[in-house]
Amino acid sequence: MSQIKSLADLRKKREEIKAEMDTRIKAIDPENHVQIKVAMATCGIAAGAKEIMEFFVEQLDRRNIQGVVTQTGCMGYCYAEPTVEITLPGREPVVYGFVDLKRADQIIEKYIKEGELIDGIIPVNYETIDSKE
Amino acid sequence: MITLALNILDIVQNSISAMATEIAVEVTESAAVDLMKITVKDNGRGMSQDLLSRVTDPFVTTRKTRRIGLGIPLLKYHANLAGGDLEIQSGEGIGTTLSATLKLQHPDRQPLGDLAGMMTILMTANPGIDFLYTHKTDMGEYCFSSREVMEYLGITDFSDVSLLTDIREMMNNNLEDIGASGFNGE
Repeated sequence: MSQIKSLADLRKKREEIKAEMDTRIKAIDPENHVQIKVAMATCGIAAGAKEIMEFFVEQLDRRNIQGVVTQTGCMGYCYAEPTVEITLPGREPVVYGFVDLKRADQIIEKYIKEGELIDGIIPVNYETIDSKE
Repeated sequence: MITLALNILDIVQNSISAMATEIAVEVTESAAVDLMKITVKDNGRGMSQDLLSRVTDPFVTTRKTRRIGLGIPLLKYHANLAGGDLEIQSGEGIGTTLSATLKLQHPDRQPLGDLAGMMTILMTANPGIDFLYTHKTDMGEYCFSSREVMEYLGITDFSDVSLLTDIREMMNNNLEDIGASGFNGE
């Protein structure tokens, strides 16, 4: 396929991909999906949260994990940015700090896939910015 | 913040917290008049005149986790550093428009950075918000609307990773065409 320049090109590419694999289940099962929130306030962005979020979005898809990646505000852990909150189905949210690409990879492989806690957890008595006010 | 795109990403978070449903980002660069202008316009809840007058102060914030807010002061700093300034217009119930001007050729002007990546991140994380992106150069203009893409493709969110990659490519190709400096993360 040549360069994608317009919406028509975009749709054409979609249709090509669809033809290849239309069996893929896209509907998200709320019982069974992982929620990932990347803290994206000034502190997070400055510490590299954009790359971390891109990594999670890309790798969840590549490793075939059902999940939703969203962004959240500052949780007050600026010293530990980038921070990521992971909620496994039926479990309490866990916040990891100092998340670089290596730790993000461990989070997916160890915590998300196997439920095994890894280094870098920020203790639980926090509130997200959304739960305040 | 090492690029202007990251600064914009941060400024847009303010619009998101202000419950905006439409956020327009516009970047203009003109070598002819040595100007770069970045505008973020939203239809969020806006600010009171009192807050507006204090908002470039780093010790002013609406959040409650802590008492500092650095997004706007940082962009203002980077604009000042590059021979420009920052201006905000806002009205309660109307929305907020923030524009930063910088001298395009100024040695201390930050690189634009990954504009397409910034937009796709925002679109993935906020499927309920319409994002509009406009980039103008001396050679032309490129407009992108997330709602237009959704309607055209008949989708309701941007969870499909291969689509995001394609959208990034599409934006970068178009930015390259008009000679923009912020494509492919440069």
